[in-house]
Amino acid sequence: MTVESNKLRGKQSICFENPPVIQSAASIAGKMEGEGPLGSYFDVVELDPMFGQTCWEEAESKMMGMAVDTAIYKSGLTKKDIRYIVGGDLLGQLIATSFGIENFDIPLIGVYGACSTMGESMAVASMLVEGGFADHAIAITSSHFAGAEKQFRFPLAYGNQRPLAATWTVTGSGAVVIGHDVKKNSVFGKDFLPVEIRIKGVTIGKITDFGLKDSLNMGACMAPAACSTISQHFKDFARQPGYYDRIITGDLGMVGRDILIDLLKDEGYDITSNYMDCGIEIYDPEVQDTHSGGSGCGCSAITLCGYILQKMRKKQWNRVLFVPTGALLSTVSYNEGQSVPGIAHAVILETSEV
Amino acid sequence: MAENKKVTVSDVTHEKNQQERDKLYNKYVKQVTPKHNPWLNLIQAYLVGGIICCIGQAFINFYKNQGADKELAAAYTTASLVLIAVLLTGFNVYQKLAKFAGAGSVVPITGFANSVAAPAIEFKKEGQVFGIGCKIFTIAGPVILYGIFSSWLLGIIYWLLKICKII
Repeated sequence: MTVESNKLRGKQSICFENPPVIQSAASIAGKMEGEGPLGSYFDVVELDPMFGQTCWEEAESKMMGMAVDTAIYKSGLTKKDIRYIVGGDLLGQLIATSFGIENFDIPLIGVYGACSTMGESMAVASMLVEGGFADHAIAITSSHFAGAEKQFRFPLAYGNQRPLAATWTVTGSGAVVIGHDVKKNSVFGKDFLPVEIRIKGVTIGKITDFGLKDSLNMGACMAPAACSTISQHFKDFARQPGYYDRIITGDLGMVGRDILIDLLKDEGYDITSNYMDCGIEIYDPEVQDTHSGGSGCGCSAITLCGYILQKMRKKQWNRVLFVPTGALLSTVSYNEGQSVPGIAHAVILETSEV
Repeated sequence: MAENKKVTVSDVTHEKNQQERDKLYNKYVKQVTPKHNPWLNLIQAYLVGGIICCIGQAFINFYKNQGADKELAAAYTTASLVLIAVLLTGFNVYQKLAKFAGAGSVVPITGFANSVAAPAIEFKKEGQVFGIGCKIFTIAGPVILYGIFSSWLLGIIYWLLKICKII
């Protein structure tokens, strides 16, 4: 039996008939992100890397709790109004998420897409809302530099040299509340209305593996995945890159950016003029010595919730394709000689006026 | 030479055989990935490694002047360097030195001390037994294991040579 639906587009995409709106957004950033070029856009910049807790994992959970709190507060809703939280993080078994939101008493759908988690959680949350399964849903993710280093690389105090292609894991948590209308008297509504930002559709990415094994060159590992999702998106919607004011990837960094532009050119799409990468924007590589750029779930999340939405509010960008990218590895798969596959999910954001 | 030819992106995407494609992509990524300047790295490593060794020599001379014999002075020196490296790790200084020096600060005994102190700090929260106890040698473990194994192997060879009256 085939399902009759006007929402399906091409092979991997969904075009919403009744596009959900972003009701609120919150960005919690660490000290280094606060000192970066986008520092002034974040809701909270926490100077204490421990967030007042006793270890990195607790710190990340605390940060996520802050993001949920801030997002709900700005939306003018209460936590009872939130039907689901869709969220995930980088730590093993999603412990930052589970401990971070356990006290909110909101049903949880845990997702893992490595650093692409913001795209994945927004896609799922907007499907829930548009499909009528939820009135308000929160999409959230986080990453913490020290927690990620501890889990994926070396203890923080270990002295070694990072290669130039390496990226710096962002300490930050971003959350968006997705629903059907922005509350007029809410903090977010006062800031954004009459501009509304709607999620028009999504393209869910495939795992793409070009056999690269260098876990310190994640931009190159993820670029083929970003290329696959973006080009499939163009095909599914029969669009050209020029349709968008910005096509924004999550954390490809400088190396991944060059590769993605090359790969897409080969597919016949030129994105040079309207391409941006959150990982490149979030730090100043000269001053902050971050090498290839920022990475981690928090990278695309806080850049979206802080910077990108503000740009759209000012109508400097009206159509944005937001494509968080993730490298799907664990220390086990890496040590066992597996390659580092990538994944990317695309979310269409468009402005409208009420 | 076809081997040294530059790989372009269309070479990668037009390759139908997946293994070949992966190989080409690895080559292509190697071309476009920036690298540290190896000569500069060598000089930095030589400089810092040399300074650490000079400090070690100063310690040896000092302990000898205090009346220690050669072996005792060497043992005291090792302990002193380890202590300094662990303190510097705790004060977040050794990491900065290593970022500049690379192997220059990893190879001497001070690098070993850093690699033991760092997990001890990081995993303290997971408890004295399962945290510090189990994880303190996560980086230094291989050095200890293969260090002991290779000295055992050399011992066997030395013993065999002695039996055969070669030495």
